[in-house]
Amino acid sequence: MNGHEQFAEDLALHAMHALEGSDLAALEAHLAQCATCRSELESCRGDLALLALSTSGPKPPLRARERLLRTIAAEKASARPWHMLAPHDTRWLSGLAWVGAAAMLLLAVALWQENGTLKQSLAELRVSVGSDQAELQRVRETLAALSAPEAQHITLVAAQQKAQPQGRAIYLRASGRLIFLASGMPALPPQKAYELWLLPLTGNPVPAGVFKPDARGSATVVNPPLPAGLEAKGFAITVEPEAGSALPTSTPSMVGLGS
Amino acid sequence: MHGAVEKEAVTDLALVSAIRNGDEDAMAALYDRYSSIVYSVALRVTGDTGAAEDIVQDVFLQLWRKPAAFDAARGAMGAWLAVIARNRAIDSLRRRRPETDIEDVVIAVTPDLADEAERHRVLDKIRGVMTAMPETQRSALEMAYFEGLTHSEIAARTGDPLGTVKTRIRAGLMALRTVVS
Repeated sequence: MNGHEQFAEDLALHAMHALEGSDLAALEAHLAQCATCRSELESCRGDLALLALSTSGPKPPLRARERLLRTIAAEKASARPWHMLAPHDTRWLSGLAWVGAAAMLLLAVALWQENGTLKQSLAELRVSVGSDQAELQRVRETLAALSAPEAQHITLVAAQQKAQPQGRAIYLRASGRLIFLASGMPALPPQKAYELWLLPLTGNPVPAGVFKPDARGSATVVNPPLPAGLEAKGFAITVEPEAGSALPTSTPSMVGLGS
Repeated sequence: MHGAVEKEAVTDLALVSAIRNGDEDAMAALYDRYSSIVYSVALRVTGDTGAAEDIVQDVFLQLWRKPAAFDAARGAMGAWLAVIARNRAIDSLRRRRPETDIEDVVIAVTPDLADEAERHRVLDKIRGVMTAMPETQRSALEMAYFEGLTHSEIAARTGDPLGTVKTRIRAGLMALRTVVS
């Protein structure tokens, strides 16, 4: 390792995406300027391939093979990808070109006849698109205002009451879209962050974004990577290492369940 | 190649070349050669036969759709598919979208497993190294690789210091490296 021993252990972890926090940041900074360690990282990945190969188990059931072959046969029948065509296919393509040209001619005549109708539809669509774009712009401006660092987040509570930490999650299951707004969040210990969790109906919590509140305790999480269609019975927040965790490692400090 | 793929006689590269021409028999031959490895890895990570079957389907479909993603310079086919299966399985375990495209998976020199006898010899050797490893070392390595835990999570689970966890994982990898060195 020629003087790079201090990174040797972190390289092994980095190769399997198991390094986090300041260790990860320090290693990535070093890798950017050290070819020796980049080479060692590749070697670690090779070692890990051997680890993957160490597994032993039953063969997949025959139905898995049949399913795969059925799928690829269907894909091949429906549309053969152009990038798969070999050079010897070009004669076939040449013949196809004449057929294609004739078809294009017929299509052009049909299109000319429909031109008038399409122009009218286009005018109507322009009006509709203009309206949609205006709506989209309003949504963008709203989102920008919500997540702007300089935005003031003020939570109103009953008079004489001390403001409590609050979080509001707005979640669209079909698209996996999530907007989360938090206020009054307590300051975090060093090298820690809050992690938001989607609580599915069954199974483990799903990571839904890592965040650190600003000096006033406000934070936003906008559209973290979540699988579409996952039904949530609620959301929770835990304190985790800065890089986040795959599963919660501490007791939730905040929980909200859907009605 | 069409309809006449003799399994062990054909190299992985020739099979991939045939797949690029849409040869379903070549795809079936490659599946027969490596599906056990892919399924074993997926089953080991997910512990669920249904999820493992889905991952097998996903990995081989990716290869069918993007045969150009495999380049012998990226590593031997068996090891390459095993790593892709592991990555997909961890993504599945964490219920997240696939994070690594198969075109981005590159592996340093690994043994060629196309020949069945060679495959058994290498796999026996790897399992021998794993069996000979101290339990704590093997366990740390497996928690990180097959369960997708970070070193902090492993330390929290085992009660060992972070530095000890790191050292064990590194030592485990060095032991595995002796298989190809």
